[in-house]
Amino acid sequence: MADINSESAVNAGQHQTPKKSGKCSPVVLPEKAILLGWLRQMLLIREFEVRTMQAYQNRLIGGFCHIYIGQEAVAVGTIAAINPDDPIITAYRDHGYALARGMDPKHCMAEMFGRIGGCAKGKGGSMHMFDAAHHLYGGHGIVAGQTPLGAGLAFATKYEDEVLEGGESNHVTLCYLGDGALNQGAFYEAMNLAGLFDLPIIFVLENNGYSMGTSIERGTTMAHELRTKSEAQGIEYTMVDGKDVLSLYQNFKPIVDWCRTECRPYFVEAKTYRYKGHSMSDPRKYRTKEEENREESDDCIGNLSAQLCEEHDLTPDAIKQMTRQVKTQVRLAVEWAKQSPEPSIDELFRDVYTDRWGPYTGTSKPQMLDIEEEA
Amino acid sequence: MTVATNNRVIEYREALREAMSEEMRQDERVFLLGEEVAQYNGAYKVSKGMLDEFGSRRVIDTPISESGFSGMAVGAAMRGLRPIVEFMSWSFSLVAADPILNNAAKMLYMSGGQFGCPIVFRGNDGAGGQLASTHSWCVESMYANVPGLKMVIPYDAYDAKGLLKEAIRDDNPVFFLESERLLSTTCHVPEEEYTIPFGQALIRRQGTHCTIISFGRPLHFCLEAAEELAKEGIDCEVVDGRTIRPLDIDTMAASVKKTSTCVVVDQSWSFASVGSEIASQLHAICFEDLDNHVHRVHSDDVPPPYAYNLEQAYLPNTRKICEAVRSATYNT
Repeated sequence: MADINSESAVNAGQHQTPKKSGKCSPVVLPEKAILLGWLRQMLLIREFEVRTMQAYQNRLIGGFCHIYIGQEAVAVGTIAAINPDDPIITAYRDHGYALARGMDPKHCMAEMFGRIGGCAKGKGGSMHMFDAAHHLYGGHGIVAGQTPLGAGLAFATKYEDEVLEGGESNHVTLCYLGDGALNQGAFYEAMNLAGLFDLPIIFVLENNGYSMGTSIERGTTMAHELRTKSEAQGIEYTMVDGKDVLSLYQNFKPIVDWCRTECRPYFVEAKTYRYKGHSMSDPRKYRTKEEENREESDDCIGNLSAQLCEEHDLTPDAIKQMTRQVKTQVRLAVEWAKQSPEPSIDELFRDVYTDRWGPYTGTSKPQMLDIEEEA
Repeated sequence: MTVATNNRVIEYREALREAMSEEMRQDERVFLLGEEVAQYNGAYKVSKGMLDEFGSRRVIDTPISESGFSGMAVGAAMRGLRPIVEFMSWSFSLVAADPILNNAAKMLYMSGGQFGCPIVFRGNDGAGGQLASTHSWCVESMYANVPGLKMVIPYDAYDAKGLLKEAIRDDNPVFFLESERLLSTTCHVPEEEYTIPFGQALIRRQGTHCTIISFGRPLHFCLEAAEELAKEGIDCEVVDGRTIRPLDIDTMAASVKKTSTCVVVDQSWSFASVGSEIASQLHAICFEDLDNHVHRVHSDDVPPPYAYNLEQAYLPNTRKICEAVRSATYNT
């Protein structure tokens, strides 16, 4: 067991001033094959979201559904910078993270179709993508609700290293939030605890300019200088370009490395733009067509394509081929999801407890479910 | 030495401490966090000495930040740690409603069984003694409405220890409701290892004329009322439910089938309450056996008052219970 008698930061609370990193200078980019993989992932997410909107309009998807188009570089670039077994947690605009993390699109689509083949057996839907195998801890529907949970994931990885046998994995947790979450108390409590307890977590603010129909200036103070949000907690801040995955990675990766080495939190703002409405029901009357056109002309996929063509000899034909492959993959995912059966009514009562408890019927103890005891 | 062990009497708060300490010795994934639990030795001295034994990595002082630290503990539980979260009062859990109700209770279901939440939230529930409206919450009726959580209300030190050890070992979120008024009460608690399974009510007093069902602190008044009523020739059976989720309605119904009358004493408000739920279930199960409808005693339907006499009048008390039993048994 780790030394428990040292003057631990856990109870000392001596971190009013941020440590100077100073070492977070941009890293070099990985090899071309990896960069092509990023482009492919971003194309995949975009195509997936196009087909998601289509399926929603065809009533294959119900409930609330939030589209990630325009923001693909943030999920892909940040996840590329961490280890595959580092935990991540996010809010409800979560399809892109699931795919970037490696979830098969068919499970993601089937979840939204409410089918048993979905990543959560159709119990979570669009807003609640969970994938234990890929260390995705959700998909959370309440704005900023995921931020204390994220602090908990980071707390746990640190505890695993310091207290449990076989530690020293030195994980970094990525906790994503939208700009709407800046105005929830839970986020500030989470940041305070992360700073106080020296948690290895990066709060990635995905600033797309709007919390539903409320522009960021209408919702938060110091909207032009969001570094102030974390500086008050003694947590360092950096802004990255959410539309340029290469520069995002180059600037984000050193922050990941710093958090891993120093076991400290960080606040990163990724400036981006969501092309579609807040959810499928949003007519976007709160912003102008001119603004949308301007933002869409600076597109993360267009930017990466151009960079790869200029500097890595990628050809337009190769991009077309990649696009075709992705379209096929998503089309097959949709087909697979359609074929996946609806969950049986038994599923209604499973996973409420780890015990085999069914529902209260009003006149008895909970009924024991007639299911196999799982190992 | 053996004799001393067998007759050992300790306080409720010591029983809670023993339960936590024993489980922490056995399982390094278990840790305690909350306001003043470490350096201050617990606002109510429940965790006294635990910092010295387990160190600051496992007995963790948090700031006054219930939403933050409850959520943090839920996140840690999702990774397989087994946090014990101490609320200085369950009244303060209201600002943590999202993590404890939305996240802890629903995580397993929402994730299709992938991420569980083995966590214990524990602390003082109910009136402490002239704490007035904001600090006297009885959360059981409100929170028991939520599927996915378990709920425990121990009455004495023996149950407090056995039920808390069971709660810490449970793979589901357990809401463990203690009472400030019970922390200094004592009873026999063996040194030998034991746990008490959930869903097993305890008959605290045998009787034949009327069944009184309650949980936690009001049991004290139920037992007091039973003694008073015995003088009038009314022989009461007092059933301690021990856990609300799961609810041992079978033991309660068996008692009611024997006595044919029943009073449920629930310290929360009457509207849509644990008491109304139990009454409803008993009316369905014991429809043919009951000589009267199930009577209920609750806190009055007003915010908890500060003034001593008003608070005493507000809470379920011996007088109210006696009146209800007399009415239920047609002895008015």
